[in-house]
Amino acid sequence: MADRQYELVYILPPDTTEQQVTELHAQIEEVVSRMHGQIASTENWGRKRLAYEIARHKEGYYVLQVINGSGELMKELDRRLKVMDIVIRQMIVRVDEEKKVVDRTQTRRRTNSERRRVKRGLPPQRQPGEGRPAGAPDESDDDRFEAGEV
Amino acid sequence: MPFGQGRSGGGGGGRGRAGDKKPTDKEKGQRRTLFRRRKVCKFCADKIDDINYKDVKLLGPFVPERGKILPRRISGTCAKHQRKLQTAIKRARQIALIPYVTE
Repeated sequence: MADRQYELVYILPPDTTEQQVTELHAQIEEVVSRMHGQIASTENWGRKRLAYEIARHKEGYYVLQVINGSGELMKELDRRLKVMDIVIRQMIVRVDEEKKVVDRTQTRRRTNSERRRVKRGLPPQRQPGEGRPAGAPDESDDDRFEAGEV
Repeated sequence: MPFGQGRSGGGGGGRGRAGDKKPTDKEKGQRRTLFRRRKVCKFCADKIDDINYKDVKLLGPFVPERGKILPRRISGTCAKHQRKLQTAIKRARQIALIPYVTE
């Protein structure tokens, strides 16, 4: 079975030490490698304000990891993270399918535009200096969407 | 121009009425009060394919003060993108990027 891709986000208390973080990472890595998965990337978002209090914390240290692996692996990982006191919130989201859809729509859009441009006798890619200048503030009078009106 | 899609006419009742009137009579003052700019889905217009829960800046305008999800009839988002927006906002709430409620 082809590997699925998941995103794991977890929040640690802001007063976690470096050592605890590395320990946790080692634990996660161990589980992942034991169940034939692999960590594709790790991203530390750092300290962020929480939108609401979690376990009396107003701030949290966010970590995002992209993991390739099976559903069982993520189930196990979720279970383990739930047990750990150091993790105050975690979320696992499957991303591979959505990513595929996005890629497809983007390539379709690009090929379509290239085809149309060729039909009009233009080079397939947009040339520099063509269309609206990039630096211009074109969003300044964006009144299509009014968020204030409820 | 004001009514390209019948679907988007649901929100502003005033717009439909303005259309019933003959466009020849030039009551500018009254028409202006009834006229509403046609709302366009932000994601379609800007060609944003990926509505991601991590992108708080993108989701922000769709979560007003109170913390509720802005309805489609007000934001003008199309059904497809509203669905994606909905899951993205709910995910962002889970990891405390967006509040559930704010008093």
